[in-house]
Amino acid sequence: MIEIKGLHKTFGEQKVLDGVALQIDKGRTTVILGGSGVGKSVLLKHIIGLLRPDRGEIRIEGLDITRLEGKDLNEMRKKFGMLFQEAALFDSMTVGANVAFPLREHTKLKEKEIKEIVAQKLEQVGLEGLEEKMPAELSGGMKRRVGLARALSLDPEIVLVDEPTSGLDPVMAEAIEELIIETQRRLGETFVVITHDIHTAFHIGHKIAMLHDGRIVEEGSPKAFRRSSNPVVQAFLARGEEKEV
Amino acid sequence: MLKAINAVGEGVAGYLREMGRMFLLLLNTIRWSLYPPFRFDLLFQQMERVGVKSILVVVLTGAFTGMVMGLQTFYATRKFGAETMVGVTVALAMTRELGPVLTSIMVTGRAGSAMAAEIGTMRVTEQIDALFAMAVNPIKYLIVPRVMASIVVVPILTIIADFVGIVGGYFVGVIILRINAGAYVANMEKYVDLDDIYNGLIKAAVFGLILSLVGCYKGFTTTGGAEGVGKATTQSVVLAAVTILMADYILTAVMF
Repeated sequence: MIEIKGLHKTFGEQKVLDGVALQIDKGRTTVILGGSGVGKSVLLKHIIGLLRPDRGEIRIEGLDITRLEGKDLNEMRKKFGMLFQEAALFDSMTVGANVAFPLREHTKLKEKEIKEIVAQKLEQVGLEGLEEKMPAELSGGMKRRVGLARALSLDPEIVLVDEPTSGLDPVMAEAIEELIIETQRRLGETFVVITHDIHTAFHIGHKIAMLHDGRIVEEGSPKAFRRSSNPVVQAFLARGEEKEV
Repeated sequence: MLKAINAVGEGVAGYLREMGRMFLLLLNTIRWSLYPPFRFDLLFQQMERVGVKSILVVVLTGAFTGMVMGLQTFYATRKFGAETMVGVTVALAMTRELGPVLTSIMVTGRAGSAMAAEIGTMRVTEQIDALFAMAVNPIKYLIVPRVMASIVVVPILTIIADFVGIVGGYFVGVIILRINAGAYVANMEKYVDLDDIYNGLIKAAVFGLILSLVGCYKGFTTTGGAEGVGKATTQSVVLAAVTILMADYILTAVMF
């Protein structure tokens, strides 16, 4: 379980997080929803310790990641897998080497075992046999699949996903959402997904939290979230539905 | 007038600030290079990229510099009948000055710029964040091998440039301009010390450190997408070249 309390972050003059509080349940998918530029990615980067807050804490199974440093921080990070917005694959390496990267860095597995795991992870995301391709040869959707395979290669406890469907066509977006749902169900891991896409949020989330003006203004199950009387949530939902029509 | 002074002041302050940050990066790089595991695979990979792939350009630069030096000193020394000093002049200029400086400027253009572009692209496409997120320190993984490789490889390239330059000078002086070969070589032996060569190589190692550190720093601090990567790359070449020439003056004043 991840517990975020009173998280504040300011960049220069700009206040991005202004007391974020949120509880992320173990083994469930929590979606953090919000418009562009409200600081969703900033929040996600705090959870894995890529950014330090000005104030506040993030407890992961009791340990405050915002206070960890060096080796302890790295040990904590090994519990995470992260899928970046544009996948952030290493473009100097093949697909296979990308997925194998965390295994080569952090385990003492033999090359043969690593190959087997890579093949298995790629198969799970529907890309079997693509080990030798370079990331530049892949479509946006395929890159994200490889990114997910890489995020899962160390069997992490928590998977962070940054805007999984932005910039994808609806069919591809749906396929990625299905992949996330299916993966979460199969592995029972904790997923934290950030998105500005309402459809994605309702499709994959067990819990939805809305980030607005640096705070979580509403949270709850998809059903409860839809019924929220919060005007910000209603405006966001109305705009999203307009777009779908 | 005040505005102009202000602008100059800001420029100098900016340059000093960059130097300070680079110095911090250097300390971090040294720190991370001392912790195991030592990544010889990455080191050799970078030595190939920075070193082996720069050989051709270094040979060409060294050869033509030696040849042009031979030609110029011949015209200058002929006026007072000291043509046999052409060899010494070429050899001293190459080993003390032109070898290390021109080699490191060429390597800056070829490899230092590539470091800035590659690491800069990794920064703007979140690959550096991905390294952090996968509990791999990017300074250890990306910067340590590049800096170490450059410190080792630029002196080796300088030896090649020195040699080729001296051969180029000999070719022009003895074969084309018909200077007496015996006197040409004897003078060279007499007046060029091993220290001239060693000091040149120490310079080369320092320049290797500068060009790789600047390239990595500029790449690592890139912001602003593809345009930012372009800017970082250009700036890395300019900053590294200027810093190398400044360091050259200081090292020369201290060593010779």
